[in-house]
Amino acid sequence: MTTLKLSQGPAATRVLGVGSTQPDRAVTNDELAQYMDTSDQWIRDRVGIIERRFAGEDERLVDMAVTAGAKALADAGADPSEVDTVILPNCTMPTPIPNAAAQVADRIGIKAAGAFDINAACAGFCYGLALASDLIRGGSAHKVLVIGAEKLTDVVDPTDRSTAIIFADGAGAALVGPADEPGIGPVSWGSAGDLVDMIYMREQKYLFQEGQSVFRWATTQIAPIAADAVARAGLELSDVDVLIPHQANLRIVEAIAKRLRAQGAREDMVVADDIRYSGNTSSASIPIALDHMRAAGTVSSGDVVLAVGFGAGLSYAGQVITCP
Amino acid sequence: MADKAELLTGLAEIVEEVAGVAKDDVTSEKSFVDDLDIDSLSMVEIAVQAEDKFGVKIPDDELANLKTVGDAVDYVAANSK
Repeated sequence: MTTLKLSQGPAATRVLGVGSTQPDRAVTNDELAQYMDTSDQWIRDRVGIIERRFAGEDERLVDMAVTAGAKALADAGADPSEVDTVILPNCTMPTPIPNAAAQVADRIGIKAAGAFDINAACAGFCYGLALASDLIRGGSAHKVLVIGAEKLTDVVDPTDRSTAIIFADGAGAALVGPADEPGIGPVSWGSAGDLVDMIYMREQKYLFQEGQSVFRWATTQIAPIAADAVARAGLELSDVDVLIPHQANLRIVEAIAKRLRAQGAREDMVVADDIRYSGNTSSASIPIALDHMRAAGTVSSGDVVLAVGFGAGLSYAGQVITCP
Repeated sequence: MADKAELLTGLAEIVEEVAGVAKDDVTSEKSFVDDLDIDSLSMVEIAVQAEDKFGVKIPDDELANLKTVGDAVDYVAANSK
């Protein structure tokens, strides 16, 4: 009987570097109010967004992904030749063929990379991070670039005030590699396919969501997932320095933080509010927030970061990471 | 059936905590939206807390029918265990 040889990687992984990009065009609430029935105050009160970034026609999802991925490599001080796998969580590629990951890898200079897209909607980045870590630990990959990239303005009805005020464009990336000490904890993930109709493409054209239902689900069901991720990492909620929920709506973010604090998270835990100036960028929102918070100094190297994504599917995933 | 005066007091505490409306202002005839200036997302938060506090289910489609504080008290009184 033949016995197959199996690969095995290092026991631990960590995030080596992060990077992000957003389109130059900032869109204020007042600008949106010019062509739909809304106002700056209404938007701030409902979703906490002050402005968001919209890509131009010539700024494609793959272009933003290339920029964010290259920045993550630079942040890690890594050469493209060190990377052998690219995972590209997204849900807004304009066509399903070809995927985004292979062309993005090539343009960054990563040759013949294992490259694939995943779609777990707004939970995509946390799914991608889990895959990256386990591919390395299993010996299938050595260094993996995970890039969440979205051009949501392609799938949003610009006159629909329930979505057009929320969603935006951008990309965020993390380079994952082997580590001496664990810097990425076990993932807590899952789905609720019975609730698929809460977020979908109406007439296969425009994103639609049942706002109240999604709000109820996110504000009640996601904190337990985040808490489970902390438990799986062998930590207490009081160990968490920084909470980065998917930037769906500031009121959802605050509700998740409130529930976690009621269960033992610290009052001085830093909570990401990047949505205020970035909008909801789906799978890109967590790495964009992390990158911005590092630049602003609200998150420091070595901090215990709790990331949790949730969205269409419905799908969700969270894990603890150590800030690079 | 739960005592409606107690339910009103309990509901007023929830409304105060969620929306910052003084609980003495939360009276039966008040409209959540028009009088208390409570938006649809705060209504969800109020419903979630009321579910925990009173052991009742308030689905989103029922929530839309609860226009006044009195409507909510009546609904909870009729549906709580």
